[in-house]
Amino acid sequence: MSPEYEVVIGLEVHVELLTESKIFCSCPNRFGEAPNTNVCPVCLGLPGSLPVFNESVLELAVRASLALNCTVSSYSKFDRKNYFYPDLPKAYQVSQYDFPLAKEGFLDLLKDGRSIRKVRIERLHLEEDAGKLIHDQKESISYVDYNRCGVPLVEIVTAPDLRSPGEAHLFLDWLKKILLYTGVSDCKMEEGSLRCDANISLRPSGTETLGRKVEIKNMNSFRAVQKGLEYEVIRQKQILRAGGRVAMETRRWDEEKGVTAEMRGKEEAHDYRYFPEPDLPPLMLDENFLSRMKGELPELPEKRYLRFMESYGLSPYQAEIITSSKNLADFFEDTLLHYPHSQKVSNWLTGELFGLLKTSVKEIDDIPLTPLHLGELLKILDEGTLSSTLAKEVLEESFLSGKLPREIVQEKGLLQISGEKELLLIVEDVINNYPAAVKDYSDGNKKAVGFLVGQAMKQTRGQANPQVITELFKKRLGK
Amino acid sequence: MNLYEKTAYDAAMALEKKEVTSVELVESVLGRISEVEKNVKGFIHLIERETILEEAREIDRLRAKGQRSSILAGVPMALKDNMCTMGIPTTCASRILEDYRPPYNAHVTEKLQQAGTVLIGKANMDEFAMGSSTENSAFYPTHNPWDTNRVPGGSSGGSAALVAADEVFFSLGSDTGGSVRQPASLCGVVGLKPTYGLVSRYGLIAFASSLDQIGPLTKDVRDCAMVLEIIAGNDSRDSTSVPREKESYSSYLGRDIKGFKVAMPKEYFQEGIEEAVRESVMNAVVLCIKLGVEVEEVSMPHTSYALPCYYLVGTAEASSNLARYDGVQYGFRAPDQDNLIELYLKTRSQGFGSEVKRRIMLGTYALSSGYYDAYYLNSLKARTLIRQDFENVFQNYDLIITPTSPSPAFVRGERLDDPLTMYLSDIYTTTANLAGVPAISIPCGLADGLPVGLQIIGRPFDEGRMLQFCFALEKMLGFKGLKPKISADGVLKDVS
Amino acid sequence: MNVSKKEVEHVAALARLALSEEEKILYTDQFNVILEYIHRLNELNLENIDPMTHVQQLRNVLRKDIAKGSEKELVVRILEESPGKEKEKGFFSVPPVIEGFEMEE
Ligand SMILES: [Zn+2]
Repeated sequence: MSPEYEVVIGLEVHVELLTESKIFCSCPNRFGEAPNTNVCPVCLGLPGSLPVFNESVLELAVRASLALNCTVSSYSKFDRKNYFYPDLPKAYQVSQYDFPLAKEGFLDLLKDGRSIRKVRIERLHLEEDAGKLIHDQKESISYVDYNRCGVPLVEIVTAPDLRSPGEAHLFLDWLKKILLYTGVSDCKMEEGSLRCDANISLRPSGTETLGRKVEIKNMNSFRAVQKGLEYEVIRQKQILRAGGRVAMETRRWDEEKGVTAEMRGKEEAHDYRYFPEPDLPPLMLDENFLSRMKGELPELPEKRYLRFMESYGLSPYQAEIITSSKNLADFFEDTLLHYPHSQKVSNWLTGELFGLLKTSVKEIDDIPLTPLHLGELLKILDEGTLSSTLAKEVLEESFLSGKLPREIVQEKGLLQISGEKELLLIVEDVINNYPAAVKDYSDGNKKAVGFLVGQAMKQTRGQANPQVITELFKKRLGK
Repeated sequence: MNLYEKTAYDAAMALEKKEVTSVELVESVLGRISEVEKNVKGFIHLIERETILEEAREIDRLRAKGQRSSILAGVPMALKDNMCTMGIPTTCASRILEDYRPPYNAHVTEKLQQAGTVLIGKANMDEFAMGSSTENSAFYPTHNPWDTNRVPGGSSGGSAALVAADEVFFSLGSDTGGSVRQPASLCGVVGLKPTYGLVSRYGLIAFASSLDQIGPLTKDVRDCAMVLEIIAGNDSRDSTSVPREKESYSSYLGRDIKGFKVAMPKEYFQEGIEEAVRESVMNAVVLCIKLGVEVEEVSMPHTSYALPCYYLVGTAEASSNLARYDGVQYGFRAPDQDNLIELYLKTRSQGFGSEVKRRIMLGTYALSSGYYDAYYLNSLKARTLIRQDFENVFQNYDLIITPTSPSPAFVRGERLDDPLTMYLSDIYTTTANLAGVPAISIPCGLADGLPVGLQIIGRPFDEGRMLQFCFALEKMLGFKGLKPKISADGVLKDVS
Repeated sequence: MNVSKKEVEHVAALARLALSEEEKILYTDQFNVILEYIHRLNELNLENIDPMTHVQQLRNVLRKDIAKGSEKELVVRILEESPGKEKEKGFFSVPPVIEGFEMEE
């Protein structure tokens, strides 16, 4: 039986771009400075100041547009969005209205190795960020910090194509991956460099007309987006089941209480009076520029994810983890250049190496261990001269010092003892020292050999080749 | 002849020949100011005497060492009070910026400083450059030196009156719909609105960004060319500033104008023009012909739509540009407000004068939902047609000749209660702003003792040939040398 | 098209201007005179005319992405001139912003 209602979700995502300077002035684009220190006449909107557009903003935004399969407009322009608020020093925001930078793209929502939905991107446009207000209830005053004013943003608007809160979360995961891969943004939701509002409505399953939508704001993590939407699905269902009408409104997600609540004041009441920004000439992008930008795009995460499954036989789970960041995926493929067994590389990468990264709270690109190191280690393992226990130790040492595995193995004399002559001496020694176990074995308890092997390993500090030594015990004591 | 009566060029030549010092020029204009300023009221802010003199001394010292930064080094001047001067009040003649001292200099301020010219003070204007009479100054109206009962025009009325009254050798004004040319016409001085994009607007407090241009107000055409040379040129801080080679405008002066083709659009001689103005301009046309210029009547059919178009485009942009005056960051903040909305409402209602409020509301209305298409969008379309009129004419003609203003200076208070009639003062000047083309007003005669100006409009960036033409015409017109009667001991019609 | 006093009130609210009763009446009258003049634009056939959004032919005016250090002195000067409180802490300030509160427009 199909569900009673279909959930319809669209997202509006604001992303701060990774530039050196702000969108219209030379102030540094940096987070976390003392209040009102990253400001100048332009971003403060002082009388007489004028904007000049940052070329990196254009390049990053075009890169994002292409990565989201958008058509980049050959002509686009800036517009002023007029409204009064103390965090907006000019009382207008420079944005783009009827000629956005890019339109009509899509993001392929992949899950478990296949596409579950193509989410249309309606538009991507450029705008400047506003400042920050800090409310002091007690003192009955609000403080304004303009540092964030003029930080470059793109706004990405999806079509109402998402069908569940989980899909919304998945969309954001992929979007973040794409933006990280392309170096467009650092996508740190906790620093506000990625922000997301959601529109959600319900309609009886099987119908096509859109229901009455509610906008949800103030969701500060991907999880919060999902939870806010889940709450809203239940709330709207209850209203509809009771025969009510969902009010078109803006609601605020309350993380602590786990509910959405109506925000006073209607968005619909705003009249932004958009008009072309006369201080900024329009943008006209030609094919040359766009094909150069296309050429500079890296392989995108969706493509890489599918390719890793196909070419390297990775499971969807492995492929997802390894392609979760560009550096990790690069590390994986670079290791394969030194050691071509993808499954083993994947196991060591997602197992041991991940463990080490996690305990040291480091990223793959800020450790001294390189693909060469991992490849060499796996080669030594294959040669059968190093036990896997010792290999883990070598990896850790290599991870910390950046020394090559062979060097470590030699320095510490960790090479496995496989020579029968050498090992036989140890076997004899153990047999002499543990007559009870020997008797046990002779009496028919074949498992007792494990104990003896263990003792031999202990004596050799793990360097004995366990297979060889087991065989030797069996031979010596008679099967 | 008093020093202050000299043109900027003559003053510069006297400095060059070491006949005078900058200090003497400054003393001369400061003396003149102390005599006549009370009747002109062209300044909003005068810089401290000692500060000015120190600057002049420094320039004299440098000159003595053989270092002079430009031909105009040491020449006293004034800036309209909407051009940012670091640490010096820049009020736009508005209560809302009454105590505002910008933390940076406008591009033109920098250029004139680098050229070594000496800033005497900031010139009065209509509040935020909105007006045609300088009566909309929040502080006091400026008087026309030719008849102190009359207005100097506007909005750069202070800049024009100061030059006409010999209180400074030249000044800068800003022109959004005629605000340099119309007061130049009414005060009998030369006023140029350059091509949009020739002079950087960085640090010019915006009225209507797509129309605003800064231009010189000078005693004659040569001075105009010299000042333009200093302020024109690309500035990377203004995205609408056009990257072009620097031009020597003075080098055009004195060249023959025989064979110039000049268009006389009939539409500029119809609606509301006073007979004396028409006669004066026609007299100049006759002189042109004598100089070997071909003058032909043409039609620019969309001329009469320029003013309504201008009042939509200009007020729409202004409504947005002036939204930042909200009492949050700088300028006036109304006392006694309990919440944000009150802060906005009280600050803006008390801080802005009535004409500014009227235009903010008109522009807000033109952009508001439901009216955008009928008003704002249509005005942008009409603007296209108005520019096409110019493009068509410039296919066959080098220049266009028209009156600058339909009437000479009018009596103060006369049009104050009737905004539309006041707006009609700009009927011949808004076209050039809408089309982005350069236009200049030069005095061409007197009507009942009041100056009349004629306007020459040129192709974009053709200021050189416009000045060449005006320079030749100026010699024939015989206006040069005529001075207003205002003086310390002279007969004044009004001393209020 | 006539402008009513109510529309003038609406526009004033959008522009954050408080008008006295006399002002409302005066502006309504003046608006109607001015708009009547402006309506002569309706004589034009503007159907297939492109709106002029920019007066120049300039395109793609771009600046290199180079960050300059902030001008500390400038900020101090601006803060000193600002009308709010708590300047010494580096903040501009305004009377309380009531979350979500918007005036009727
Ligand atoms: Zn800045």
